[in-house]
Amino acid sequence: MIAYAVSYGFACLALALCLNLWRLIKGPTIGDRIVALDTMVINAIAVIVLIGIATASVISYEAALILAMVGFIGTVAYCKFLLRGDIVE
Amino acid sequence: MTGSIADIAISAMIVLGASFALIGSWGLVRLPSLMERLHGPTKATTLGLGGMLTGSILYFHLTGGAWSLHELLISLFLFITAPISANMIAKVHLHHLRVNPDDDGLDPTGPAGLPPAPSGTSAWATYEAPGRTSTAATSEI
Repeated sequence: MIAYAVSYGFACLALALCLNLWRLIKGPTIGDRIVALDTMVINAIAVIVLIGIATASVISYEAALILAMVGFIGTVAYCKFLLRGDIVE
Repeated sequence: MTGSIADIAISAMIVLGASFALIGSWGLVRLPSLMERLHGPTKATTLGLGGMLTGSILYFHLTGGAWSLHELLISLFLFITAPISANMIAKVHLHHLRVNPDDDGLDPTGPAGLPPAPSGTSAWATYEAPGRTSTAATSEI
């Protein structure tokens, strides 16, 4: 049963990533693209977690944690750059 | 594998989490303007990932017999950072509208409309873009 649930999860997340990519390409503003990238990072973390469940290995969690941190810092850096024209002042 | 109730609980958490993630991304495509679009990813997708991480905690507890705190750490980090990034993106949007109010490929007024001005002489606390002539720096116009 878990295998079916994991397959369903992979299908949902693939569709979600495609929707995010559509928004990333279409825009229309730069803010929309930042939101789309942020959501893509969150969905990628979800994919990593699902891979961890599917292969029953705990190795992938460090990757998920690092991706969570890097995604947040990336979003804040984009926003800071747009607000201030600089990231580290 | 352990009992069937554990199977059902783990599967339910995974299905719920994946569905919420999909709904959040669908909201990102479907909703009309950026201020509305922020709601889908920051709330629904984060909640979905929280559900999936709960399923993962249950899975590794029920199959391996050990509690793992990695998932808790990830979900705690995400639940702390999601509102912060949403706030930053909303500030970018307000700043963009203020700096060039009639550059519109964007649709600033969705059903919710623009946010109301704070009060009298003050403005939203975004920053001033360097090199622009806008006087609205942080609060006072």
